[in-house]
Amino acid sequence: MTVVERREIALVDLLDRLLAGGVVIKGDITLRIADVDLVRIDLNALISSVNAQVPSPFEESP
Amino acid sequence: MTGLRYVYAVCRPFGTPLQSQLTGVGGDPPRLLPHGDLVAVVSHVPEADFAEEPLRAHLEDLDWLTGVARAHQGVIDALTTVTTPLPLRLGTVFRDDSGVRTMLEGQKESFLGTLDRLEGRVEWGVKVFIEADPAQETPATPSPKPASGRDYLRQRRMRTKSQDDLWQQAETFATRLHETLSGSADDARLHAPQNPTLSGVSGRNVLNAAYLVPRVKSEEFVERVDRTKDGTPGIRVELTGPWAAYSFAGEEAAGQEGT
Repeated sequence: MTVVERREIALVDLLDRLLAGGVVIKGDITLRIADVDLVRIDLNALISSVNAQVPSPFEESP
Repeated sequence: MTGLRYVYAVCRPFGTPLQSQLTGVGGDPPRLLPHGDLVAVVSHVPEADFAEEPLRAHLEDLDWLTGVARAHQGVIDALTTVTTPLPLRLGTVFRDDSGVRTMLEGQKESFLGTLDRLEGRVEWGVKVFIEADPAQETPATPSPKPASGRDYLRQRRMRTKSQDDLWQQAETFATRLHETLSGSADDARLHAPQNPTLSGVSGRNVLNAAYLVPRVKSEEFVERVDRTKDGTPGIRVELTGPWAAYSFAGEEAAGQEGT
């Protein structure tokens, strides 16, 4: 368990949890960002960061 | 400058102080905002970055998102050592303390219920990969140059068949693993498979699951996953955790499965 803990957490694993998990609450500011949008933003951010030579549409889950 | 309030998590009150050098989002130390039977863990963040419009723009910037995600995770991690936090979605922001209190008051029942459900439990992530991408494997085993169109078609059929076999095998493996692990977990969630281009790891992700496991049973769970690792050639199993119960915090995860 400690070995796993010490290893740097991969960003994708983190985003799976931070952008798709957690309680969604209507904050004063983020009420419209919180849910669906954020997942899309996540994909946009990731895709734009991917090397431009790799045209990589994010795969839909089956 | 008072700033906005970034909320990481909601917890039951806990006695142990957080590490003093802990910094959260935007470098601000996480603070405890108690309200009744609940405590919100918040940071003060600048309006210039966290008001709706700038936040929306920032979230498209992967470096910025990474910084916030790591800081958020750092605070949740620290909380996990002293209590069982209920993590909130990244980017939950309120105008001021009173906004946070109003939220705590309004959601009190649901928070307490979820905290009870998660108490003493952690999340483990398990991913299954098909080790070698069959498409990349093809050049490694060069087939004789097809002598005719018919040869070519036959070779292509065989390649497709071995690809199908591997997929079939991986799917069977993943389904069985998921069933086994679900049986030794309190709850399970499936995340979308990760795109290999984005994750930067080799192989094709066929299972990306999260399991809610009592802390005291974690060792047993980890051993169970470890035992599957050397089972099938061409298939790789990866374990991450322990995480706070991110994947089980939502209302849809409220133990309604199978009721």
